[in-house]
Amino acid sequence: MSLLALCQWLEKTAWSIALHESLWVYPIVESVHVLTLCLFLGMAVMLDLRLLGLVLRRVAMSHVMGQLMPWMIAGFTLMVISGALLFYAIPVRTYLNIFFRIKVVLLILAGLNAWIFQRTVYRRVAEWDLDPIAPKWARRASVASLAIWSMIVVAGRMIAYNWFDSPDLH
Amino acid sequence: MSLLPFFEWCESTGVGEAIRNSLWLFPVIESFHLLALALIGGAILLVDLRLLGLAFRGRRVAELATEVQPWLVGGLLVMIATGILLFTSEAIKCYYNAAFWTKMTALFPAIVFAFTVRRKVAGADENRLRPLWLRVTALVSLSLWTVVGAAGRWIGFSG
Repeated sequence: MSLLALCQWLEKTAWSIALHESLWVYPIVESVHVLTLCLFLGMAVMLDLRLLGLVLRRVAMSHVMGQLMPWMIAGFTLMVISGALLFYAIPVRTYLNIFFRIKVVLLILAGLNAWIFQRTVYRRVAEWDLDPIAPKWARRASVASLAIWSMIVVAGRMIAYNWFDSPDLH
Repeated sequence: MSLLPFFEWCESTGVGEAIRNSLWLFPVIESFHLLALALIGGAILLVDLRLLGLAFRGRRVAELATEVQPWLVGGLLVMIATGILLFTSEAIKCYYNAAFWTKMTALFPAIVFAFTVRRKVAGADENRLRPLWLRVTALVSLSLWTVVGAAGRWIGFSG
């Protein structure tokens, strides 16, 4: 089954229709998705700024990471759940939307960036834990993270606009 | 006195008209509004979570608050600037929009509270304040900002 066929099937399920047509639930899920930006991205930004030496310079990097990580994980979980529900409510249109596809690619890049950071320069954090500014490769990961997540927010916001939607959809 | 003429004037300005007539401007400004939201959210949550005793327990509140303050102020400035631009493009819609008025009604106390009571509490010597007051301050702050954020999102749903 192709992805499109899967989305077409999803769209016909009763819960998808109910969510799409709901007066309150859909807007609430959407609001949760937006407000969780504060929890997940807000904390990620603080972490990135710490790597750049722009905030909490006197706090050890590993301490900042340890304190923020549980909140970031909680925020990310809420983001994924609410995001999946938003997709489930409008599967076909979202799947065909160019900004949604850009967002998925950017999400993969953000994940890769975080994974590489954790596997390489952050492994040796003991060597630079108390430095006010993190080493070059950590700063590069931080700038990449800030750039990618900003683009994710922009792409996410753009999904709502139908400039490039296939004419068949309307 | 009705504020409607003022709202009508805002909508008739060249800026409002330019944003309204452009395909890209509104979403792009809105995206910056959202990015600033993340920044403000991080700066506020960091301190409020500390006040609640849920993060950075080993650090002084005053230190954390001072550290994030420039980012909070910067984020707020971007927020207000982009917010005014978005508003001018659809001021009359906002005038008849309950979510808009809810947001503004919560925004004013949220900002005042952040720069008066919360700032005082966060800067005070923690040993001289009862922990209860730290928690109450954080809860008031979080509640006000949540209303601002949720009502803000709701402007787009109604009308």
